[in-house]
Amino acid sequence: MRGERGPGEICEVNAQNETVNSHTIAVLVDNEPGVLARVIGLFSGRGYNIESLTVAKTDNVNNMSRITIVTTGTPMIIEQIKAQLSRLVPIHNVKDLTIESASVERELALVKVVGEGEKRVESLRIADIFRARVVDSSNESFVFEIVGDTGKLDAFIRLMEPLGLADVSRTGVVAISRGVKAMDVAY
Amino acid sequence: MVSKELTGSEIVLKALEEQGVTEIFGYPGGAVLPIYDAIFNQNQIRHILVRQEGGAVHAAEGYARSTGKVGIVLVTSGPGATNAVTGLTDALMDSIPIICLTGQVPTHLIGNDAFQEADTTGITRPCTKHNYLVKDVNDLARVMHEAFHVATSGRPGPVLIDLPKDVLMAVGTYKPKSKIKVRNYNPSVKGDLNAIKHAVETIAKAKKPLIYAGGGVINSGPAASKLLTQFVKMTGAPCTLTLMGLGAFPASNKQFIGMLGMHGTYEANLAMHDCDVMVCIGARFDDRVTGRLDAFSPGSTKIHVDIDPSSINKNVRVDIPIIGDVGHVLEDMIKVWKGTQAKIDAKALKAWWQEMNAWRSVDCLKFKQEGKVIKPQHALTRLWELCREAKKEPYVTTEVGQHQMWAAQYLGFEKPNQWMTSGGLGTMGYGLPAAMGVQVAHPKELVVCVAGEASYLMNVQELSTISQYRLPVKSFILNNFYLGMVRQWQELLHGQRYSESYMNSLPDFVKLAETFNMVGLRATKPSELDDVIKEMIKIDKPVIADIHVDQMENVFPMIPSGAAHNEMLLGPEDETEKPISEEGMVLV
Ligand SMILES: Cc1ncc(C[n+]2csc(CCOP(=O)(O)OP(=O)(O)O)c2C)c(N)n1
Ligand SMILES: [Mg+2]
Repeated sequence: MRGERGPGEICEVNAQNETVNSHTIAVLVDNEPGVLARVIGLFSGRGYNIESLTVAKTDNVNNMSRITIVTTGTPMIIEQIKAQLSRLVPIHNVKDLTIESASVERELALVKVVGEGEKRVESLRIADIFRARVVDSSNESFVFEIVGDTGKLDAFIRLMEPLGLADVSRTGVVAISRGVKAMDVAY
Repeated sequence: MVSKELTGSEIVLKALEEQGVTEIFGYPGGAVLPIYDAIFNQNQIRHILVRQEGGAVHAAEGYARSTGKVGIVLVTSGPGATNAVTGLTDALMDSIPIICLTGQVPTHLIGNDAFQEADTTGITRPCTKHNYLVKDVNDLARVMHEAFHVATSGRPGPVLIDLPKDVLMAVGTYKPKSKIKVRNYNPSVKGDLNAIKHAVETIAKAKKPLIYAGGGVINSGPAASKLLTQFVKMTGAPCTLTLMGLGAFPASNKQFIGMLGMHGTYEANLAMHDCDVMVCIGARFDDRVTGRLDAFSPGSTKIHVDIDPSSINKNVRVDIPIIGDVGHVLEDMIKVWKGTQAKIDAKALKAWWQEMNAWRSVDCLKFKQEGKVIKPQHALTRLWELCREAKKEPYVTTEVGQHQMWAAQYLGFEKPNQWMTSGGLGTMGYGLPAAMGVQVAHPKELVVCVAGEASYLMNVQELSTISQYRLPVKSFILNNFYLGMVRQWQELLHGQRYSESYMNSLPDFVKLAETFNMVGLRATKPSELDDVIKEMIKIDKPVIADIHVDQMENVFPMIPSGAAHNEMLLGPEDETEKPISEEGMVLV
């Protein structure tokens, strides 16, 4: 599933000796029923990967949602994914944040760790280093909230494993370009 | 105009009327009864009652393909909608503009597994260009007009509108087309001028240029075919067409080197392999065309003109992509060509044509009509010659199989929109209803469905429709008593084990014609062929001509799956010398 490396880095090389990269793609869509099914159907129907997908309404005036998709593929496949997405009628704008501009990416995770004694103290210590917050605690458990890029979350979760990692819920990646330029609605 | 309150059904019909619709193909049922009521009360739109919803979609495809207009389908919920799925997929693959109106259970029952409920928008999402579920009668006019826009702009395709019965019965306001602003989907039609200039320079510098054009030229409208013809003539380059593109360039022109691809001509495929500049216009490097990808035209610079950005660099990397409508781009290419006084080096071009003529001299489509059985190639050649003698330029539809490929090889189309075949999906059962749709659009013209006996049976119920509306469709059945194309693959790839490919218990097609009050004709030997064809052309009634042809004939040339263009089988002699690879076997 989730790659250990950050987006944009070379993940692997396929059988045809082409490099397979991870890309973060932002998509502005009409907020209407079925639109998410169209996007997901396109990925499953054509055999593309979805590493992560997030969606929420972001524009009340135009009633639009923003989808952030992290996907992997050769440059030719990534180009296809973008062209295929752009072709869908309720999709207004497609932006490849990995290559079109510098961008900021964040993910949030809630991590439940169950344990007692020394392990419990150790988990708190690590959480502190990672700036994870305790959002729930009982005598035998913590729920940590951690925000960061995918790599940071992966690292934190890995460290929690021997300390009683019980449950993880992640939002998936959201991303936005750096600088003044915004993503327009493109009518 | 003062906006008047109308029922949903009336809004549907008013929108169709405003869009210039005069015929629709449909089949009633509970969920669409309100629309049928509205149809009953008007005279502008003629409804053709098919015998199965699948037939309605193919009929609308034939109608659309032969006129350039949108084909309209009206079916009920549940089984009506699911029966339409094959036709919608077919139209999506071949870029045919269709609007399919489906009834749906009332909105408050959606999701309840109500009687004749199906998740129509869910089922058809991957097989339509776009679909809508209308939940508010006041959205209906907008959706109807938007659907026409989506179906016809960019790369055309099928659009489905799901109409719950309560929405059809509710009262709302109609909005005319002019009041509707489509807020997203607006594909660009003009190509980038710099890319066009670059393309023209590249073509002018070519030594072995080749123009490879497809169905996009036909979709762009008859003007695009004229422009293509003009451009090909200006450059002096050879021109090949895809199965979907036949008619976009006149077959009788000296620069036409035939169809390309799996069953294309020797000269077309070798020219594809050896050219140094390939100009792909409104075609999509389909696997039937490219053969083995890593050996596809290895030395050429590739220019690709297409309205759909997702067609560019999908299968084959191209050097100069031009995104835009083929007609607009050709117009600009011609302007730039003239403006820069471009010219391909005459000596190089001459040498290229000499190569071409050497390949042509192989005469890859030659056949021998001898003995007591009719060769299918001979039947089609005579069909064409006798049509010409009778001064007819028929509209031709086909079913799917060997007969389809022979029709593509032996019938020479001079104009666009005369040739209707299921290319992308290869749908058996397409030809007869499509011919019906073509005849509805062109009541006075000669419409021939070139069929295989097996495909013909897949939508044979439409004979009843043809009879009812007195549509003088001619069915020209090349009857080989086999799923011929399947049998050919079994012969070549599966050691002649003819598993389930023999057609037993076929109907007597002459008697079948008679039960539908049509004329049935039969030719079983060469001497009978001409008379049957002449009779068929002459009679002003629907005709079924049952032509018994050689059962063991194969379609050649053939590029087996997984082979390259220059590894073509020319005839039976080649079969043993060039066995088909293991990797090729897994391909279709
Ligand atoms: C709906 C459908 N089912 C199966 C096929 C696979 N198929 C392709 S050609 C063919 C045989 C067609 O036989 P016929 O119509 O007699 O034509 P012939 O090849 O004999 O000319 C079959 C079964 C198909 N194309 N479409
Ligand atoms: Mg047959």
